Amino acid sequence: MTLKPSLKYVTLLALPLAAAATFSSTAAAFEPEGKVECIAPSDPGGGWDFTCRSVGNVMQELDLVPGNVQTINMAGAGGGVAYAHTVSKRAGDDHLLVAASTATTTRLAQGQFPGLTADQVNWVGALGADYGIIAVADDSEIEDLNDLMDSLKEDPRSVKFAGGSAKGGWDHLKVLIAAQAADVENLPRIAYLSYNNGGEALTQVIGGHVDAFTGDITEAQGFMESGDLRVLAVLSEERLPGDLSDIPTAREQGIDALGPNWRGFYMPADISEEAETYWTDAMDTIYQSEEWKNVMKQNGLMPFHMTAGEFEDFVHNQIDDIEQLSKDIGLIQ
Amino acid sequence: METLGYLMDGFGVALQPHNLMFALLGAFLGTLIGALPGLGPANGVAILIPLAFSLGLAPETALIMLTSVYAGAMYGGRISSILLNIPGDEPAMMTCLDGYPMAQKGKAAEALAISAIASFIGSLVATVGLILLAPLLAKFALTFGPAEYFALFLLAFATLGGITGKNPIKTVVAACIGLMIATVGIDNTGVQRYTFGVLELFEGVDFIIAIVGLFAISELMFFIEERAGGGKEKMKVNKLTLTWREIREILPSSLRGGVLGFIAGVLPGAGASLGSFIGYTLEKKVVGKKGYFGKGDPRGVAGPEAGNNGASSGALVPMLTLGVPGSGTTAVLLALLISLNITPGPLMFTQNADIVWGVIAALLIGNFLLLILNIPLVGIFVKLLSVPPMFLLPIVTMIAFVGIYSISNTTFDLYFMVAFGVGGYILRKLEIPLVPVILGLLLGPEMEKNLRHAMDISDGDWMILWDSGLAIGLWVFAGLGLILPYIIGPLLRRRMQNPIEEGTPGSD
Repeated sequence: MTLKPSLKYVTLLALPLAAAATFSSTAAAFEPEGKVECIAPSDPGGGWDFTCRSVGNVMQELDLVPGNVQTINMAGAGGGVAYAHTVSKRAGDDHLLVAASTATTTRLAQGQFPGLTADQVNWVGALGADYGIIAVADDSEIEDLNDLMDSLKEDPRSVKFAGGSAKGGWDHLKVLIAAQAADVENLPRIAYLSYNNGGEALTQVIGGHVDAFTGDITEAQGFMESGDLRVLAVLSEERLPGDLSDIPTAREQGIDALGPNWRGFYMPADISEEAETYWTDAMDTIYQSEEWKNVMKQNGLMPFHMTAGEFEDFVHNQIDDIEQLSKDIGLIQ
Repeated sequence: METLGYLMDGFGVALQPHNLMFALLGAFLGTLIGALPGLGPANGVAILIPLAFSLGLAPETALIMLTSVYAGAMYGGRISSILLNIPGDEPAMMTCLDGYPMAQKGKAAEALAISAIASFIGSLVATVGLILLAPLLAKFALTFGPAEYFALFLLAFATLGGITGKNPIKTVVAACIGLMIATVGIDNTGVQRYTFGVLELFEGVDFIIAIVGLFAISELMFFIEERAGGGKEKMKVNKLTLTWREIREILPSSLRGGVLGFIAGVLPGAGASLGSFIGYTLEKKVVGKKGYFGKGDPRGVAGPEAGNNGASSGALVPMLTLGVPGSGTTAVLLALLISLNITPGPLMFTQNADIVWGVIAALLIGNFLLLILNIPLVGIFVKLLSVPPMFLLPIVTMIAFVGIYSISNTTFDLYFMVAFGVGGYILRKLEIPLVPVILGLLLGPEMEKNLRHAMDISDGDWMILWDSGLAIGLWVFAGLGLILPYIIGPLLRRRMQNPIEEGTPGSD
């Protein structure tokens, strides 16, 4: 799930070029006029809704948009309705952002948006991530991640996982990514119980009905503070900042597994280069602003930033990885 | 006490000016909806859900408004019972028995005032009960694993007959329709069922669209069909002369009714109709020969009114703590919660504490608002009762369409809503109750999911389903809930029988 080094190198080389291009095109620079829309492909209250509303506010505060950003909720098919809408009806619309996350790439990888692929839109940038965790109830006998993986190696059904995404969804995949990195065999046999959201799954783990929780760090913070939940590992490259620095990463326990759930945006295809540059730069400006840093802090978002080409490549790589993993475990053919 | 602190925070939420305003609006609309014969509380809430979405209300504000509508409908039902001998909704049936005779004796104002005071007391008692019981039950909910939840949903389905009564086969048919609609979409394992490659169907049928279609749109069609439009003739209400002694006389009846109603409300399936029924019968028993029930005894008005209001707050307990609605209206409220991304259960009491306690505080505040609306201002509702429905209809239609469109911004949902409306109209013509459809739709997927989870945990051993004492207890209750209505139901119904036509689809 990481960038290949060669790509990073290419990006670095391309940076000055891009900067030069921006500079030379300032004469005919793109500026949004009138209404800017942000589609949240879910009902109000979810993560995508949050992405649209909070980024919209920050863009307004930073005067990146003329008026305010109007958030439109377009739920359906786990983002598929909004994706299809963007591809088929909004091509060329340079006043439209659509909130996306790892859930979007997962569904694209597994072919759950029928007939749609990742290259039909412009991936503008990511502005933060929520890292995956694997946790158990405080009174669990499982001590650390290796302990858990050893049980799985002996019997893949010995530990049951609860998470907030569907079977084959991101929460399920995180377990599989970790198990694969730990050389657990027979991945499809691992039991994953899907709940409506992380909270419901957590309640079941705390109540002692299911063995382990897989989800994102922000979902678990309430129960970590109350002492009911013990996080075995966070699936990030390095330890998380602040109070969360006590939690060991999977990597330092010898299991090379990463699970960032990034939050970002895509835009319709066929928009002008100027517009693309404008929005890419806007993502950089937002990410560096104090306002956004406050939003990240308040909502437990972790550092994670990519724009334009780099992000595009990351998205495609992530999709390839997930596709491969899903094939390995027999989720898709 | 922890609860008290939460409650204080709740008052902080509920007393914010805009929340207070929407509570008042909800209480007013609720009373009106309750007063209009034919429009029950479940319909009322269903019709107003789109309003919450089209106004873009925050979750707590939306919930405060709609629970106020719910509480208001319980108050309002009595107005037409007393004045016209037509219950505004099913729970208000018992109020006819003594309320109408009182009105005939020229004491309509007294009957209205007494019933309002009784409603207030019943509601107050039950809300206190809710405050005490809900957090306890919410903690207890942690002990519910998949097997226990499965048994609990089974219990909810088993007691369906108790909710809607009369024709058990039609109730079963209705629940099956709900379950069938619920299978549409991507299931728990990622397999598509009945989606026909239509993207909009991947996530299944949105509860809110189904509810607004079934209840609100079908209601519209009924109105259009009847074209009655005439409204009721103007009614006169005498001047209120209520003495403190008269109020004191009904206090014990109100308290008893409130407590009994609360208990009836907490039990799944029983609901407000049973609350008002036992409220009335108990009064008759307690007062005995000294009373003149059926001939305009104020205690015969107070008992059932306190009972149905108590039950309405009681029914919120299982809905908020376990996610299992105890009545039709709470099922509609549950659908609203789910579409606002709030999961009922133990977590809600901590993670969405401001919402839960805001709503509970709003119930208390709303109760005072309702008392004011229903004693000095009751004349307004009496006048509104004679407004022809042709003026109300366009408003309802507009709210339904704008509201549903503003949830997802797709016209697909509007077509879908109209389709559900036509379906609801046909079902009502066939006298198939709509509440079991909604419950099937809401609870079916949860029940399936919990069964699958239980099987996953036990590696396919069915014994897990009755492996704990709690689960066994729930199975026993489910068995009783299935059998008892056939034994006691006819008895109860014979005693509840009254001269009134019934036809409210959203009976509670």
